[in-house]
Amino acid sequence: MMRSVMKGGLAGLLVAVLGAGVMSLIFPAPKEPGAEIKLFATGRLVINQPPILRDGVTSYTDPIPQALVLTAIVISFGMTAVVVMLALGAFIEAGNDRIDLEEEEDGQ
Amino acid sequence: MMEHWIIAPVLIPAMLAPLIVLWMRYDLVTQRVASILGMSALLVLAIVLMVSASMGPPEVYRLGNWEPPYGIVLVLDRLSALMLLLTSILGLVIVLYAIGSGWDKRGWHFHSLMQFQMMGINGAFLTGDAFNLFVFFEVLLIASYGLMIHGGGRARLKSGVQYVVYNLAGSTLFLFALGTIYATAGTLNMADLAVKVAEMPTEQTALIKVGAALLMLVFAVKAALVPLQFWLPATYTNAPGPVAALFAIMTKVGTYAIVRVYTLIFPITGTIGTLAHDVLLPSAFLTLAIGMIGILGARDMGRTVAYAVIGSVGTMMLAFAQFTQGATTAGLYYMIHSTLTAGAMFLIADLVRERRGRWGLGFTDAPLMKNHGLMAGMFFMGAIAMAGMPPLSGFLGKLMILDATRGQWALWATVLVTSLIAIVGYARAGSQVFWRSYAVEAEEDDLPPAPKDASSPGLAFTATGILLAGSVALTALAGPASTWLQGTSAQLFTPSQYIDAVLAGAEERAQEAARIGAHEHGHMEVSEEMQAEDAHGGDANAADPHADVPPADQADTHTDTETGQDAPAAAH
Repeated sequence: MMRSVMKGGLAGLLVAVLGAGVMSLIFPAPKEPGAEIKLFATGRLVINQPPILRDGVTSYTDPIPQALVLTAIVISFGMTAVVVMLALGAFIEAGNDRIDLEEEEDGQ
Repeated sequence: MMEHWIIAPVLIPAMLAPLIVLWMRYDLVTQRVASILGMSALLVLAIVLMVSASMGPPEVYRLGNWEPPYGIVLVLDRLSALMLLLTSILGLVIVLYAIGSGWDKRGWHFHSLMQFQMMGINGAFLTGDAFNLFVFFEVLLIASYGLMIHGGGRARLKSGVQYVVYNLAGSTLFLFALGTIYATAGTLNMADLAVKVAEMPTEQTALIKVGAALLMLVFAVKAALVPLQFWLPATYTNAPGPVAALFAIMTKVGTYAIVRVYTLIFPITGTIGTLAHDVLLPSAFLTLAIGMIGILGARDMGRTVAYAVIGSVGTMMLAFAQFTQGATTAGLYYMIHSTLTAGAMFLIADLVRERRGRWGLGFTDAPLMKNHGLMAGMFFMGAIAMAGMPPLSGFLGKLMILDATRGQWALWATVLVTSLIAIVGYARAGSQVFWRSYAVEAEEDDLPPAPKDASSPGLAFTATGILLAGSVALTALAGPASTWLQGTSAQLFTPSQYIDAVLAGAEERAQEAARIGAHEHGHMEVSEEMQAEDAHGGDANAADPHADVPPADQADTHTDTETGQDAPAAAH
């Protein structure tokens, strides 16, 4: 009994995660890695050079893009988790996770 | 000593919020006390910082004492001090309202989310680093996602999802913009950016223009400028009342960022020319028109106020888009006014919703509510202020904007006509919600219920009254306020003040640090020779300007060491 309920719940989760609505919702998520790759690509990276000042080293790579990307990854990871949870909440509560609100349901 | 207080508006809520979550989790009373104390501390702090900022040039706090442009700086100038004060007033009032109306009981973690929200907003107003601005935007957004869906419910969750997705797209754009700017200018410190962008040769400005335009898009999403305003009406209508009132400051975060970035980094006289003006002005016209027409077209009071917020963003953008000192003064005055009154109107809408029961905020005939007359009076006052009728601050604000834009007939016509539309819209809303009730005969068993779980309605009314009183005070003190704001916009239009405060004096500080460091080593070496030798080598390299330190000083510190291979030859 318990197992079938759990199975049902899991199936529901899968449907929610894979269903067209949520997928279209998580669409911004792949964009953030895109932005991060852009940060790297435009950050004048130099391969095989140290990023931190040391004695006897004359050429460095710029550490800033790496710091920016790391921060951005942490933030976008958290954001994606928030979106997935919210979308699930909306899906369970309202039966769909569309973001184009219909007239009668926005405004109270 | 003063400079260390600059980070306190970020630190206090940052420390208080986890305490509320972890330590006071199950005790609402303690949470409330802590929240009020935290907000009061922020208010006191904001007043002190404002006084301090009014007296001199911008003050800088270097985190970890790293020199700009390498480290992150917080900068307190008159504009950021003003925004801090506005935020803390609104924050305190909203916490009082949430306690009085019982909103904080309807879900978890209201008070800690409020503190995180304050941390994000204050940080965004204080930071002098573009990437740090991104980080604080995310902090305030994550907190606002939680607050937005506070209390749950179908409509709220759905518009919450919409809000989050819209802002996620905005954040991604922000990253792209920062990447572009970093690629071209090689720095993200705002003061340093201002210097670097100004030095760029005109034929190489294509990429930085792209960056500037992308940034404008990001801030326009936050400020809800047309055509990026779609998230606002549903979000503000469905958010819990006090949260919607708090969001009155959220659109101002975008506005603040536009004013800051396009006076400091991309001034109208600078490399990218009038790009910001050319984009902002038409958008402001449309925003104003759509907002005010929305007031007229709304079918419930929540939407009326939400569209009024869009309209007020349009009005102040008309002023800011001029990029002149006079118009900016007027815009700032209007911004204070619109934050206070929009907050008050959302609270009034929430008071009405709580008391109207099953009729909600829709424009339908409903029987008389509890406190009917008081709420009607408050709505009347708020509507007068927001529509810009005399005698309240909205009138003065619009007058100042019109005065600063003499000769621009299209602007005058738009502001005046849209004000008329807003008056009609408000009159309709007010008469539907408040007047028609007198004609409704209600059955005994179908009266609006008493508001659910309100701890103390008196407190809720008082909180709303404080915001309305703020509008009255702004009217009464319009003279001193506008004198102060003139100083603020004068500071904004001499960006060299900001730049000097951040960047100047690095040399002297480096020398000072080298001198202090050297002395400390002198003492250390007497007691712990072995360890000091190690540390000394590293320090001699880090404290670069050896040539500038007096030789006697150096001889003093280096005599009894044998760090020949590490220390520069000049030291011996």
